[in-house]
Amino acid sequence: MMRWVDHLIVVPIVLPLLTGALLVLIDEHRRRLKFAISLAAVLGLLAAAIALVWLAHGRPDGWRGEIGVYLAANWPVPFGIALAADRLSALMVLLSAMLGLASLVFAQARWARAGVHFQALLQFLLMGLCGAFLTADLFNLFVFFEVLLAASYGLVLHGSGPVRVGAGLHYVAVNLVASSLFLIGVAMIYAVSGTLNMADLARLLPGLEPGDRQLFESGAAVLAVAFLVKSAIWPLAFWLAPAYSAASTPAAAIFAILTKVGIYVILRLWLLLFVDGSGDSAGFGRDWLLYGGMATIGFSAIGMLATQDLRRVASYSVVMSSGTLLAAVAFDRPVVLAGALYYLVSATFAASALFLLVELVERGRAFGSDVLAVTLEAFEAEGALHAGPPIAADEQEDSGVVIPAAMAFLGTSFVACALLMAGLPPLSGFVAKFALLAAVLEPAGSRAPDGVAPAAWAMLGVVIASGLVAAIATMRIGIRVFWVQVRRDPPRLRVIEAMPVAALLAACVAITIQAGPVMRYVEAAATGAHRGGAYVDAVLAAPQVPAPDEVRR
Amino acid sequence: MELIIAIAIGVLVGAGVWLVLRPRTFQVIVGLSLISYGVNLFIFSMGRLRIDRVPIVGPGPVDPVQFTDPLPQALVLTAIVIGFAMTALFLVLLLALRGFSGTDHVDGKESPE
Repeated sequence: MMRWVDHLIVVPIVLPLLTGALLVLIDEHRRRLKFAISLAAVLGLLAAAIALVWLAHGRPDGWRGEIGVYLAANWPVPFGIALAADRLSALMVLLSAMLGLASLVFAQARWARAGVHFQALLQFLLMGLCGAFLTADLFNLFVFFEVLLAASYGLVLHGSGPVRVGAGLHYVAVNLVASSLFLIGVAMIYAVSGTLNMADLARLLPGLEPGDRQLFESGAAVLAVAFLVKSAIWPLAFWLAPAYSAASTPAAAIFAILTKVGIYVILRLWLLLFVDGSGDSAGFGRDWLLYGGMATIGFSAIGMLATQDLRRVASYSVVMSSGTLLAAVAFDRPVVLAGALYYLVSATFAASALFLLVELVERGRAFGSDVLAVTLEAFEAEGALHAGPPIAADEQEDSGVVIPAAMAFLGTSFVACALLMAGLPPLSGFVAKFALLAAVLEPAGSRAPDGVAPAAWAMLGVVIASGLVAAIATMRIGIRVFWVQVRRDPPRLRVIEAMPVAALLAACVAITIQAGPVMRYVEAAATGAHRGGAYVDAVLAAPQVPAPDEVRR
Repeated sequence: MELIIAIAIGVLVGAGVWLVLRPRTFQVIVGLSLISYGVNLFIFSMGRLRIDRVPIVGPGPVDPVQFTDPLPQALVLTAIVIGFAMTALFLVLLLALRGFSGTDHVDGKESPE
């Protein structure tokens, strides 16, 4: 008999799937009903994710080896599709659920009405995300990637309009090409190894013939390109900023985790396949990740400084966190990875909150609040029209300015986002960067090759410089948005819109206060996902469920 | 036969890449289709090319040599379905962009030449 905890692993996939299918059938005018159903589903998903984290984190009567394995259709491991939930997967599922909740609640204020089927698409996106995080099978990963991409195409276009359709077209084209690369990589790996199960691959890799190994590594490299496109490494990152800045606000907020899917897969596969103990392939691609990641940080820093648009700054902050994470993965030490995972959580919350905040901040502008993806030129033109004399006139009546509550909330939240992005104390961005850099600089243990030390210094410099750039970029825009425009109307906020931003920032505060337990969790997650960790054994040893009375064929 | 398949895949993907890099949306969609055909053939051939062999095992004793690998065939079916859906979606986008911008340039405006 299976216990209920064993079925919990498949809940994050099945629940959004069924909810999404149900939502498609309900008439678009019954908004409250649709919202109620999707809210219940996302809360259910959140509960399931919390339960997964709880079970994965060493609960006594939980799973064996702290990893839950679910055999879909009860096929034995290398043959069927297995789902596996360890600490890393559970953490990512939890993150997706939280962002999904924030995005859903925020959208209910206005955006759900801007087009059809927003909630259904969001559910399918969550399904794809959770599936990609939980699967232990390469081709199944492809399927879930396509599910989440298909939903994300719909969400990019949500609200329509020429800017979105233009950006969406590029986004779709880039991702279709990346999907083709994904398939080529998977097919090559299958041709060489005869298996698609990640744990089985990790087991087979050390025994490959030299000729096969070359093919395997080429396949892995092609596969990695597909994931690196998704995680927006330089020079494959140019699609991200236009698409994310053009997307509707709640969609952009949940897209903050889409790049992290690519990072997650790289982290998962690289830790399983190409670290110590995998024979001649150990360290394959390490330099690419390291220097590619650093170049990405540099690219995003330049992008951040070059733009005047807050949406673009938020998009480039997503790229920046991707670069930091990829470079950190290449260091391949549990301490560094723990810092990187903590950074991932913090950066995802911050980027998502910033995307939500941008719309609220820009709503009060003299421009119509519906104008989205306002171009730089439009901003400048507006500034030229309104910036000069009126401000001087206002300054003369120096009787002090009443700061309305909404403005105070926006300002505080903006400062919090800026601090998180720049990695300044006291919020979690600082803790994350501190943990990451302290671990990077730690005297390399026996595992790291001798050449790491200069790389560590380079990493230190790049990450700190990127924090400075983020601080400059956000400060500059913050001054322009909050201080210069005296004549603006106070923005009108609805509680339902302010709540998700506040909740995401509160989550950042929470992980700052609880930094100790969170760090221990991510450290265990990094160790467990490692090749030498429990993942491979747990997946390979997963027992089938014996059929109750039916004769086995 | 390996050579013919390899050439076919190469020509399909090569033509596809060239078309994807062209500035017209219709060329891009044809290019994406060609790439996906090439990739599908590639997946199929990764199960080794064998003629006159069935993929499904019947009852009785099984000699694996007599069968072809069924897994890539299942994979390629999935890939075909997904690729088809994505092409349809891209077609809608193409028409929407054409409607909004009045041009079939991928950037929504003609390049200044």
